[in-house]
Amino acid sequence: MDRLAAMRRYFLTRLAGAVPTLFIIVTLAFFLIRAAPGGPFDQEQTLPVEVMANLQKAYGLDQPVWTQYGHYVGALLHGDFGPSFRYKDFSVTELIGQGLPVTFELGSIALASALILGVLIGIFAALRHNRAGDYAAMSLAVVGVAIPSFVVLPFLGLLFGIYLHWLPVAGWEPASIRHLILPVVALALPPLAVIARLVRASMLEVLRSHYIRTAIAKGLPLRTVILRHALRPALLPVASYLAPAVASIMTGSLVVESIAGLPGIGRYMVQGALNRDYTLVMGMVIIYSALLIVMGLLVDLLYAWLDPRVRLDS
Amino acid sequence: MEPLLNIEDLSVDYTHGGMEIPAVRQVSLAVAARESVGIVGESGSGKTQVFMAAMGLLAANAAVRGRVRFEGGDILGVGAESLNRVRGSKLTMVFQDPMTSLTPHLTIGTQLAEVLVCHAGRSWREARNAARHMLDRVRVPEPERRMSQYPHELSGGLRQRVMIGMSLLCEPLLVIADEPTTALDVTVQAHIIDLLGTMRRELGMALVLISHDLGVVAGLTDRILVMYAGRIVESAGAAELFQQARHPYTAELLKCIPSLTGPRQQRMPTLLGQPPRPGDPDEGCAFAPRCARAAPRCRTVRPPLEDAGGSAHRVACHFPLPS
Ligand SMILES: Nc1ncnc2c1ncn2[C@@H]1O[C@H](COP(=O)(O)OP(=O)(O)OP(=O)(O)O)[C@@H](O)[C@H]1O
Ligand SMILES: [Mg+2]
Repeated sequence: MDRLAAMRRYFLTRLAGAVPTLFIIVTLAFFLIRAAPGGPFDQEQTLPVEVMANLQKAYGLDQPVWTQYGHYVGALLHGDFGPSFRYKDFSVTELIGQGLPVTFELGSIALASALILGVLIGIFAALRHNRAGDYAAMSLAVVGVAIPSFVVLPFLGLLFGIYLHWLPVAGWEPASIRHLILPVVALALPPLAVIARLVRASMLEVLRSHYIRTAIAKGLPLRTVILRHALRPALLPVASYLAPAVASIMTGSLVVESIAGLPGIGRYMVQGALNRDYTLVMGMVIIYSALLIVMGLLVDLLYAWLDPRVRLDS
Repeated sequence: MEPLLNIEDLSVDYTHGGMEIPAVRQVSLAVAARESVGIVGESGSGKTQVFMAAMGLLAANAAVRGRVRFEGGDILGVGAESLNRVRGSKLTMVFQDPMTSLTPHLTIGTQLAEVLVCHAGRSWREARNAARHMLDRVRVPEPERRMSQYPHELSGGLRQRVMIGMSLLCEPLLVIADEPTTALDVTVQAHIIDLLGTMRRELGMALVLISHDLGVVAGLTDRILVMYAGRIVESAGAAELFQQARHPYTAELLKCIPSLTGPRQQRMPTLLGQPPRPGDPDEGCAFAPRCARAAPRCRTVRPPLEDAGGSAHRVACHFPLPS
């Protein structure tokens, strides 16, 4: 189909267009971190001047900042994020390579649960409009939005971990879903609540439209009316919310990984920034930006699928 | 034998912003198999609501009383499942606004074929074939290409042809066409009316044609019902109504037809004065305040719909025009 071809062409053009964007982000971040007071080797007790000079030299920090920038970008083009300044003997590529799968698993499960449950609850509330089920679902949604994950997670850990002994309070084992459940719930709850409210509102509006009246007049069962005729247009606001949802889960994972002791990359962002671990922070900025850029692209394609009137001209 | 569609004493009230809006008041009407009935009246006279009730499509804030039966089966008060046994197959409706009445993200082919998949238990492939056939019958050019197009890629006239084709897929016994041409260009209107006439001759179904334009209804219907303020005020054979309208309101409506050959009006030209508003006292004849023939009795005693001589000519007026 030519529409599929148009989508692919659009995706590739926009992806190529994202490279300059990423470059600008890298440049800005590079100089901004260095403009922040302090440096990677400042600690409580000041190091002897010679030791400091040696360290600076070893990491190239004694050179003019433009030279550093040139080296960094040069290495980056070869896929090398440079050595971490604080995790001795580790390159940033290694650190991210170890942590990213954990964060990715946590984040994607959280996003998928937020989407699926949020949409289902939203539809349910719309069909129960102004009845008990609607009120119950929407009160729950308010709670979900209002309470941040750093409150939810300890509470859940207390309840399900310490009192009920159903789930581990914290920690991580490879391929263990049980360790992920509580962090996923804490991460998914806020975006889930937002999605449920968005879907409820848009579904109510779609259900009042003329084409839904036609679908009902055709004698289609309610299930078909909702799933085939009403769902896609009702999902449009969710598509717009997708990028903010991913951002919310990403920032949420910084906190949640620290509280639950998960070996993801979220903690590197916080520690890297506090330690002035320049290369580590840069690596994190690049990963997160790239993720958000790709998300934005997917959202555009999703729009085109949800509404055929959307034209994909780049 | 019971008529195909039998509406008895139907009333529809809306509560809106704390106010009761009576949309339909004690309407009784019947449509026989293969019959063609026109419904005319000013905007807001309740024409659409009567047939929304007949399709089980009334909004949630509507309170409905009375009885509606189709093929002897109750329509009011039954669940969606039993409604869906007739709705969309034997009893279908074409809506006023073809621009917004089709689902934007589904292809024309899917929207047609799903009717047959749902009601006739056909496979999608068979249903698509039948749908393409129907597009051809309602004279949509290039049916094969149209099948994979989306509604926004079609003109208003073509979309209304699609809507009409959709209503005919399961060989309906009754098609309700609610102002099917109002939203269309003047030149397209005549084609759509032609199409409805042709399809009725070919398929032999009964037709209810709702319009505020007596001119549109004239050529296509056997019998015409005139509605005013939620009530039927006159009912007669089409020819008889045009020759000798008995209700003063009908006579006014007839004067409003510009000329059958001249350009057709988009909106009905307004009569002198206002139709009654919700909250106005519901006493006597609702038309009395605008009626040149009104006497004091008209404002206090409601005239019942009574035989007015002629073959099945009925009128609700204390002082009908002479025949
Ligand atoms: N959902 C609703 N809520 C409140 N009032 C309504 C609703 N739907 C219809 N009405 C009212 O019911 C009355 C009759 O409406 P109806 O649509 O049957 O008129 P109509 O004769 O079809 O007019 P038109 O020629 O404009 O289509 C109107 O006064 C309208 O305001
Ligand atoms: Mg109407």
